[in-house]
Amino acid sequence: MDMLQFPANIAAAAGVNFAAIMPEVILSVIAMALLLVNVFINSEQKAYLGYLSLIGIVVTFFSVVSGWGAPQSGFNNSVLQDNFSLFFKGTFLVSAFLTILITDQYLKREECNWGEIYPLILFATVGMMLMASGTDLMTIFLGLEVLSVSLYVLAGFNRANLKSNEAGLKYFLLGAFSTGFLLYGMALIYGSTGTTRVAAIASYISQNGMVLSNPMLVAGMLLMAVGFSFKIAAAPFHMWTPDVYEGAPTPMTAFMSVGPKAAGFAAFLRVFIVALPAMKADWSELLWVLAVLTMTVGNITALKQTNIKRMLAYSSIAHAGYVLVGFTAGNAVGTAGVLFYMLSYAFMNIGAFAIIVLVGRKGEENNNVSDYAGFGFKHPVLGMCMSIFLFSLAGIPPAAGFIGKFYLFSGAIQAGYVWLAIIGVLNSAASVYYYLRVMVFMYMKDPTEEFDWLAVSPSLALCLLLSVAGVLIPGIVPGTLLDLAQKAILM
Amino acid sequence: MLGAYLPIIFLVVIAAVFGFASLCFSSLIGQKKPSEVKLAPYECGCEPVGSARERFSVKFYIIAMLFILFDIEAVFLYPWAIIYKKLGMFGVMEMAVFIVILFVGYIYVWKKGALEWE
Amino acid sequence: MLSLHSYLILSAILFSIGAIGVLIRRNAIVIFMCVELMLNSVNLTFIAFSKYLGNMDGQIFVFFVMTVAAAEAAVGLALMIAFYKNRESIDVEDLNLMKW
Repeated sequence: MDMLQFPANIAAAAGVNFAAIMPEVILSVIAMALLLVNVFINSEQKAYLGYLSLIGIVVTFFSVVSGWGAPQSGFNNSVLQDNFSLFFKGTFLVSAFLTILITDQYLKREECNWGEIYPLILFATVGMMLMASGTDLMTIFLGLEVLSVSLYVLAGFNRANLKSNEAGLKYFLLGAFSTGFLLYGMALIYGSTGTTRVAAIASYISQNGMVLSNPMLVAGMLLMAVGFSFKIAAAPFHMWTPDVYEGAPTPMTAFMSVGPKAAGFAAFLRVFIVALPAMKADWSELLWVLAVLTMTVGNITALKQTNIKRMLAYSSIAHAGYVLVGFTAGNAVGTAGVLFYMLSYAFMNIGAFAIIVLVGRKGEENNNVSDYAGFGFKHPVLGMCMSIFLFSLAGIPPAAGFIGKFYLFSGAIQAGYVWLAIIGVLNSAASVYYYLRVMVFMYMKDPTEEFDWLAVSPSLALCLLLSVAGVLIPGIVPGTLLDLAQKAILM
Repeated sequence: MLGAYLPIIFLVVIAAVFGFASLCFSSLIGQKKPSEVKLAPYECGCEPVGSARERFSVKFYIIAMLFILFDIEAVFLYPWAIIYKKLGMFGVMEMAVFIVILFVGYIYVWKKGALEWE
Repeated sequence: MLSLHSYLILSAILFSIGAIGVLIRRNAIVIFMCVELMLNSVNLTFIAFSKYLGNMDGQIFVFFVMTVAAAEAAVGLALMIAFYKNRESIDVEDLNLMKW
């Protein structure tokens, strides 16, 4: 009764290739080590965990860099570490690094200095990296869940704060709900193609043309699109975003608006462009509608926000819309634009949130746009930094945000989606209003109260420095980064 | 291309109208005779004793949470246990890695004091 | 011998019951139970397909879904306890501090 045949060398047969998951292995080992260190040290020493996790991220980053140009696949083709996933892994590591730099000051201010936050950020990053290199629906799902479960905790991390509780619970309930849809979509695709490997799905579809009219496959595609749209906060599946972003601890909002969004796009791109290219006519129309809705809803709702975290939440919805424009185009320029934009968005958004961490007071107070009155005069250097980030978010040259949008929209024009590009540009123009409103408060209004001396911790200063460099350098000389992005999309 | 989805839209509209109409009809036409017995909570036919909404200590939840986590891991041990001889040294090492990862979580929980009842 | 269709229809019904439950229930724990129902109906779909196709991938997927569901349950319970400690309620109507 032995039906299973086992080859002599099981490891080779299972395709074990640790080179393909090296960054994930390094980062998870470090995260687990930090979890253990955390319970053996006292509360004054928690900041060391932050330094250790920064070192861990740098080590992982070297592993990512050294893998560039040498694709590794392993584990029966369920992971593929190619340039595409490496570029995204770099983006995730950058966003985790910048987030950890601003976390320490926030935790001390809010008196929730628990060391678990650092391992959780690292675990979330591991999940994102698995999503980017997953070439099997199973690995993508697992990566997504490692990411999501860590994020639920991070959103509710400030457990004494009511808003943080609420954000965590809301994110959890809606996130689990959307996971159900994503999974059902995966199950239907598995049922109609008989495999969960992304490449095998593509070859099955190209060999059996008639499955394209199979309602089960179409339903599977739609359900997966719903699940991914939730994760990247595309309208109309964006309703959780503003509440969760407003309530979550500020550094975590910065992290959530950048890393997981990029990870969602990585998996979304991989599944739709690699596995379902035969259905491109169907899904590009779907994405067209999603992109227009997402941009417009995000920007219009952002116009009337008074809380700056909430405003940036809507702005992040709008940015997901811009990135969807490049995705809809699906050509080389558009897809490279997606990669370029996600990396530069990491710098500008986390930079802006670093200033919000700095201006905020205990109990998540002082987060209104009007609290920035006179900020630019009292703190010229910080005001300058904030202006650079806001200019970049609005897409004004010479910031990286402009170059990114330029490539996204020109990709759409080259693919023949002229109207989509026009709507994108109009939206981008509308968004200037609410970004500049913050600057109007910063430079043209008198402060309503005396500003305290803002204590800028060294790590936060480093974060600002890196973010400004990350916004300006690719904005002025985009060649190198764009070249990398173009090499990365040759999947 | 979008025209292909027109039947789905019709279906959605029809389903919504049907659902709404059924709800309206049942509230308009249906009979309602609530009595004390009908509204009482059902407790296997016995007379209800006390409130059903007693508070449990939060400790139960923490123990339940930890139980779920460590219990579900056994799901990976069963298939492995059936064929571990055939998997050889490789299988043992893989499972050792898995157990070590679980053990890290166990030490964390232990040192945090979540296993202590007092 | 039940056909593949019966299993698929059953799991689709279960999935819909779960999804509707999430939308109309107001107790966070009941909502989470409905989500679990959705996940388990997906598991049923996977197993039915796996059996029909004679392919093990679906069953392996189910193992992972079960584990992930357990991890989500633990985190969800923890978040609910934290919320209950501050608000004395787990009714989602009380998730109302932030509105747009």
